[in-house]
Amino acid sequence: MTAEHIGTTEHIGTGEQVGAAEGAAGTAGAGKGEAVPDVGLRAGRVSRTADGRVILDGVSISPAPGSTVGLLGPNGSGKSTLLRLLSGVLTPASGVVTLDGSPLGELGRRDIARRIAVVEQQADTQVELSVLDVVRLGRTPHRRAWTPPSQADEEAVRDALTRTGLTDRAQQSWHTLSGGERQRVQIARALAQEPRELLLDEPTNHLDIQHQLDLLNLVTSLPVTSVVALHDLNLAAMYCDRLVVLREGRVVATGTPADVLTEELIAEVYGVRTAVTRDSEGPDGRPHVRFLGTVSRSEPRESAHTCPE
Amino acid sequence: MTRRTARPRVGLLCAAGTALLVASVAVAITIGPADIRVADVWSVVASHLGWGSAELSPIRDGIVWQLRLPRTLLAAVCGAGLAVCGAVMQSLLRNPLADPFVLGVSSGASTGAVVVVVLGAGGGLVSVSAGAFLGALLSFGLVLLLSHTLGGTTDRVVLSGVAAMQLFSALTSFVVMTAADAETTRGVLFWLLGSLGGVGWTDVWVCLAVLVVALAVCLAYARTLDAFAFGQDAAATLGVSVARTRLVLLCVTALLTAALVSSAGAIGFVGLVLPHAARALVGSGHARLLPVAALAGAVFLVWVDTLARTVLDPQEVPVGVVTSLIGVPVFVLVLYRTRRTR
Repeated sequence: MTAEHIGTTEHIGTGEQVGAAEGAAGTAGAGKGEAVPDVGLRAGRVSRTADGRVILDGVSISPAPGSTVGLLGPNGSGKSTLLRLLSGVLTPASGVVTLDGSPLGELGRRDIARRIAVVEQQADTQVELSVLDVVRLGRTPHRRAWTPPSQADEEAVRDALTRTGLTDRAQQSWHTLSGGERQRVQIARALAQEPRELLLDEPTNHLDIQHQLDLLNLVTSLPVTSVVALHDLNLAAMYCDRLVVLREGRVVATGTPADVLTEELIAEVYGVRTAVTRDSEGPDGRPHVRFLGTVSRSEPRESAHTCPE
Repeated sequence: MTRRTARPRVGLLCAAGTALLVASVAVAITIGPADIRVADVWSVVASHLGWGSAELSPIRDGIVWQLRLPRTLLAAVCGAGLAVCGAVMQSLLRNPLADPFVLGVSSGASTGAVVVVVLGAGGGLVSVSAGAFLGALLSFGLVLLLSHTLGGTTDRVVLSGVAAMQLFSALTSFVVMTAADAETTRGVLFWLLGSLGGVGWTDVWVCLAVLVVALAVCLAYARTLDAFAFGQDAAATLGVSVARTRLVLLCVTALLTAALVSSAGAIGFVGLVLPHAARALVGSGHARLLPVAALAGAVFLVWVDTLARTVLDPQEVPVGVVTSLIGVPVFVLVLYRTRRTR
C-alpha cells in the first residue's frame, strides 16, 4: 500500500495543509492509469464551506484496508463534515472522495450504502421499533421493492446480531434500551449492511466508560476499515492504528498514535498542557495522555489558577 | 423468528378488514329514511352488474344506486386515501402529527378548487381536481419551505402547517366573498367543511383510480419509508435517494389529497388518527402499515359518514365536523405523548 499515509509524523508549525503531502491520495480520482492500486475509500484534497465559512480545506485521507483510523480535533475542526463527505451525504466543494477509484458522485446511493455504513453520534426515532427491526434496516440497500427478505438478508441480520451479542434481545423495543445498547444496535444495523468501510462519528459520546471500551473493542475487532471520530485522546491511542488530527478544517498531523500524540501537538491543537507517557518503548508503544491544564494564551491570569504551576 | 408468525396475521387482518369493509358498506347503505334491507342492496348491485333482474321499484333502485352507494363508496375511498396520506406524511416528515389537514395541504387544495369553481375556469371534475392539485402542491411546498427555514423540528412543521392552513383558508374566503353569488357561496361553504352529500359515480371512479395508483406507489416505497425512521441522513446512508423519495411521495400525497378534496371537501383528522391506530395493530413497517391503515380509514369514514347523515336527521352534519370532533382530542393526546417522550 504505497498510497497509504506517507511520512510518519507531519507536524504542524506552519499551518500549511500537511494533508496535501499525501500526494497519491490527492490525485486518486485521476483514474486507473496510475501505478498505485486504488483500493478502498479515500478523500483527495476535499474542501467544504458553509455560509461562507471554510469547514474543510484540502483534506486527504486514505485508510489502509482493515485498519482503524481515528479522527481527532477540537469541536468545529471538521471531523463530522469529513465523515459526511466520506459517506457521500455531503458533496465536497472541491476535491473528490473515491471508492475503489470511482468518485462517490458517480456511484448510486444504493451502491454506496452496500459498501459504506455509518454510525451517528446519537440515533433516535419516535417510531416504535424492535432491535430486530432496526438491524433489518441495514438490509435496505440490498433489497428490492415488493420482494420478501432473501436467505442472504436473514443470514446477514442473524450474523450482525450474533457479532454484537444482541441475539437474545432481538425482540426488545428500541425505546427501552440504554445509550450504550442503542449504539450497539446501530453497529449491528451497520454490520447488516455488510460494509467494507464503517464510519463512526463520536460513537462513544453519552456512554459510560465500560460501554466506551466495549464499543471500541467491538469496532476494532470487525473485519472492516473504520474511520472513527473521537474526542478522547486515550481511547484513540488505545484503539486506533492511525490517527488524523484536524484543526480548523486542515490536517495538522497523521501517523501512528505514538507519532502523533505528543505534548507539543496536543498543546498546539487543543490548547491544553499534558504529560504523555508510553506504555513501552518502540513503535508499538501506545501513548498515554495525562492532562495538566490549559495552555496560557491571551489570559495568563485565567490559566494561573487553572494550572498548578 | 417471531416475525414469521406475525406475517400471516397481517394477511388475516387485511382479509378480515376487507370483509368488514364490504359488510360496513352494505349495512351503511340500509341506514337512512328510506327503508332498505341488506338483501335489497345486493339485488340492486347484482342487477346493475348484470347478474340478475331488479325486483325493486325504480325509486328504491335509484336511492341505492344513485345516492347511497356512490356516497358510501366515496366515504370508503376518502377514508382510505386520507389514512394513507397521513401515514406517509408522518413517516416522511418524522412527525406524528402530520396529516393532509393539519399541514394545510387540504386547505391549499380547497383554495385551488374554489378558484376554479368560483372564477369559472371550467367547472368539470377534472379541472377542479387540477386546480386542487396545484393548490395542494403549493401549500405543501410552502409548509416544507417554511418549516425547513424555521429549523424543521416537530412543532415547527405543525406551526408551519397552521400558518399555511390559515393563509389558504383566508384566500378561499376572500375568493368566495368577492366573486361568488349567494347560492354558490352556500354550496362552497358546506363543501369546505367536508361533505359527502351529492356525490356521483364520477367522483367515486376518479378518486378510486387516484387511490389505487397512489397506494401502489406508496407500497413500492414502503421499505424506503421504513429507512426514514432515524432521519433523512440515516436514510441516505442506507441507500435511499432522499430528494427523489420526497419529491415523488410529496406529489403522490398532494395528488391524492387534491382528488379527495375536489370530491368531498377538506375532511380533517382521518389522516392523523387512523395511521396511529393501524400502527398499534401491526407495527410501523410500511408494507404492513399502509394496507391496514387504508382499510381502517375506509371502515372508519363509512361509519362516520353514516353517523353524520343520520344523527340530526333530516338535517345533515358535514362529515368533516364529525371527524374533527373525534380528531381534536386524539391530536391533543398525540401531542401530549410526543412532548413526554422528548
